Amino acid sequence: MNKKPFSVQVDLDQFIPATEEEKAYLVQMRPSSTFFKDGVKRLVKNKVAFISFLVIVVITLSAIIIPMFWPYSYETQLGVVPGRPVDSSYNNLTPFSYGRTEEEMIANGEKVFPHVFGTDAAGRDYFIRVVYGTRVSLAVGFFASVIVLVIGMIYGSISGYCGGKVDIIMMRIVDIIYSLPDMLMVILLASVLRMTLTPVIEGTVLEGIGSNIISLFIVFAVLYWVSMARLIRGQILSLREQEYVLSAQATGARGGWIIRKHLIPNCISVIIISAALQIPSAIFTESYLSFLGLGVNAPMPSLGSLAADALNGLSSYPYRLVIPAAVISLIVLGLNLFGDGLRDAFDPKLNG
Amino acid sequence: MDSKTLFYILKRLLLAVFTIWVVITVTFFVMHAVPGGPFVGEKATTPAVQAAMEAKYGLDKPLMVQYGTYLKDVVTKLDFGPSLKQRGRMVMDIIGDGMRTSAKLGVIAACSSVVVGVVLGAVAALRRNKIIDRVIMVLTTAFVSMPSFIMGSLLLALFAIKLGILPANGSTGKGLILPIITLALYPTAYITRLTRSSMLDVLGQDYIRTARAKGVSGPRIIFGHALKNSLIPVLTYFGPMLAYIVTGSLVVEQIFAVPGIGRAFVQSIINRDYPLVMGTTIILAALIIIMNLITDILYKVVDPRITLE
Amino acid sequence: MALLEVNDLRTSFFTDAGEVKAVNGVSFQLERGKVLGIVGESGSGKSVTAYSILQILAGTGKIVGGSVKLDGQELVGAGEKVMKTVRGNKISIIFQDPMTSLNPTYTIGKQLMEAILLHTGRNKKQAYDRAVEMLRLVNVNEPEKRMKQYPFEFSGGMRQRVMIAMALACEPDILIADEPTTALDVTIQAQILELMGQLQKELGMAIIMITHDLGVVAQICDEVIVMYAGSICEQGTADEIFYNPRHEYTKGLLRSIPTAHSAGQRLQPITGTPIDLLNMPKGCPFAPRCDAAMKVCIHRRADRMQINEDHAASCWMNVKSGLEDGTVVNQPAGAAEEGGDGHD
Repeated sequence: MNKKPFSVQVDLDQFIPATEEEKAYLVQMRPSSTFFKDGVKRLVKNKVAFISFLVIVVITLSAIIIPMFWPYSYETQLGVVPGRPVDSSYNNLTPFSYGRTEEEMIANGEKVFPHVFGTDAAGRDYFIRVVYGTRVSLAVGFFASVIVLVIGMIYGSISGYCGGKVDIIMMRIVDIIYSLPDMLMVILLASVLRMTLTPVIEGTVLEGIGSNIISLFIVFAVLYWVSMARLIRGQILSLREQEYVLSAQATGARGGWIIRKHLIPNCISVIIISAALQIPSAIFTESYLSFLGLGVNAPMPSLGSLAADALNGLSSYPYRLVIPAAVISLIVLGLNLFGDGLRDAFDPKLNG
Repeated sequence: MDSKTLFYILKRLLLAVFTIWVVITVTFFVMHAVPGGPFVGEKATTPAVQAAMEAKYGLDKPLMVQYGTYLKDVVTKLDFGPSLKQRGRMVMDIIGDGMRTSAKLGVIAACSSVVVGVVLGAVAALRRNKIIDRVIMVLTTAFVSMPSFIMGSLLLALFAIKLGILPANGSTGKGLILPIITLALYPTAYITRLTRSSMLDVLGQDYIRTARAKGVSGPRIIFGHALKNSLIPVLTYFGPMLAYIVTGSLVVEQIFAVPGIGRAFVQSIINRDYPLVMGTTIILAALIIIMNLITDILYKVVDPRITLE
Repeated sequence: MALLEVNDLRTSFFTDAGEVKAVNGVSFQLERGKVLGIVGESGSGKSVTAYSILQILAGTGKIVGGSVKLDGQELVGAGEKVMKTVRGNKISIIFQDPMTSLNPTYTIGKQLMEAILLHTGRNKKQAYDRAVEMLRLVNVNEPEKRMKQYPFEFSGGMRQRVMIAMALACEPDILIADEPTTALDVTIQAQILELMGQLQKELGMAIIMITHDLGVVAQICDEVIVMYAGSICEQGTADEIFYNPRHEYTKGLLRSIPTAHSAGQRLQPITGTPIDLLNMPKGCPFAPRCDAAMKVCIHRRADRMQINEDHAASCWMNVKSGLEDGTVVNQPAGAAEEGGDGHD
């Protein structure tokens, strides 16, 4: 070879084979983790979702705990004591003010717990009513979502797994229910159930909950499970075709076992996200109905009914509207943001 | 239009008709769960009206016969019978009056939502992650989470009562501004977000990359390639938007005292004017179902990719 | 002067997690009418190189250094106005997945005519005729009928033909093909490759063929560049690369191809996984997976070394063998010692 030699600057000692450790040192692999761990990590990083979650937790805990020790109850009309003339000095108090009777009590050395949000037109402590209303709204929202989830899951899995004629018929039914304008049907059912249920549940445990809420649950159970059912069915259909179902069947596994062990765990993230986003819409429906007067029975408050009542005295006591409005908005907003955050964190399609 | 599309339209049409029939039937039988039935008024009804009911529906006849009569009247003549509580007025007339006002409200709210929503959504998508985008996202998230009656009440409290610049009563003219805004807030926010995410999605597609690789310029990519594809999801929202406006109007008309069909509906429930409740439910439901049908068909026509279920 | 001169091209993606150095100093030249193959695994930076040439990088990608000269004209930093005259006109590109690369709501005709109307001075009628002519050129039958159809009405192979027609409509000097056959069946693959080879001869354009499939390279490429982790390992004529590979990675790739004679033997894949582009090590990026890795490979990247006129590689093994046979001379820094290599 006549060409000029290629020139390098090397340390000849380095030209011996590298050891495995040296090679491994070069490669700093990112630690792999499971799907859930990854998702949770992502979720926590999402500040908005995290804050929303905290807000929801705080509100929920307050709704549960506060009524336990608060000295006023949501239904007691202060000033109305059976056998004595009505004392209207308790009515329409502004926040942190005292009625005449109460001022007398203080002058006498008694301790009177302040009315943080004042009282309403019937002399009830407004703060505790708002808190109780929150409790009602949250409970209804939560349980309604659970009902929807359960029914939707059962219906959807059966339809999806069975396939064929059964699936077609079940889905046609879903289509029809889905095309029904839900709010109108809800209002219709609610207004009718209200009247028919009362005599039915008299004397039973359910009376305590109130016919309106029961009718609300019935309405949800009848109408709102369809989206969830469709979603689950879609998941099942796509998973059905996956390899491992075939292999499980090859080993003799029966239908039900297949559904439970293989298919459902994979839908879980989708289900959870959908359920999480279902709660705010349930709460919204409940407060909407309560606003129209079709929701909870008086005197039980709900955030919606409180808002409706507040419309009457709006010019004088605007805070009576603003407070429940703010709470509902916080709850629904918080749940929506959290649900969005969940979806961003766990939805495999959105990543990479 | 090819035969496949025609077939699809026919199928959807039949489903819509069937669903309307289901609505009528469900409404009828559910209302009969009320003690005594919906056509028997309480003491507040005049004997004249009561007699009219009896003649019309044959209240002593078996239920199925009553149902048949009702169905026939509704379907052939749009006759929902006389109102139980409003003397001398037929349900359909009451509905007609109410619809005039509510339709005006609804159409204006819907149109402005679409226009504003699409524009804001496109702006947000094109200026992704910049300040304007973040502001838009925050605002829309807020408005999407607030129930219409909350917004309405707050707007009423703020503008009508505290500031006094807009009338609280919604009967005419300026009084309609607040109700329209209230109704339009949620759809606008929703459409904005929808347009934004749809456009972002489209802009990330391979065919946009192809267009760029061919040398197509920025604005042309947006208006030519991206916009059409981005708007398709917005189109599918028209049906739900109408449903929202209908249900929203129930509360909005209550809050602002607008004499529309929404308020009439709520009043009829409170007053137990059952024929009016039934008639309104059916008409509004039919409206929503038809709107959904039109949306579905339009979607199929616009996007040639959509295959039949 | 070569048609296309790429010099020390560097492209990075600036993500939330850090700077991903996708292309790390790539240099090559493309002559008129030649076919250059760029070979590498996913993540090797081959597609990003092509997108950098056309400046159609997505999202957070940016060219951070180097130069790209087309016929002497510098493209890096030239601005959108210049690039728009280059794209689809002087340099065209076809992508891997023809289904998603075509706009589903526009007819094929409209999409074909778009580039023609944009870059050539033709009017609508002329553009239409040209589009039909292009369809015929790529062997799409009944072209006039096809013009009115939508992408979803075409098969995969036909869509790719349409993409090729679209790319060639303005008679570009260079056609970049980014894995054009990966998404297609094997039989269709062969057809498309044959079509491309035929068109290349007819129209005399240069092709950059990006692929991970050495079979494709063997079929139509004149010259080859082998990329790994954003850098070029080895480049040369196809013959040189196939018969005289001089980089351990290339050798590994060739070894892993099952041949007709290897029935019954175990497959020999390259063990390990590609490197994390976020944390690029100092040494040779292939070292962790290389059986022949030496200590020097861990600490330093090898310089590019000419094997012969048409062949260069960046691998310390060449330095080692060169030191042994005298073609490489070692001059350590500050060496007061004699010669240094001790081999004469």
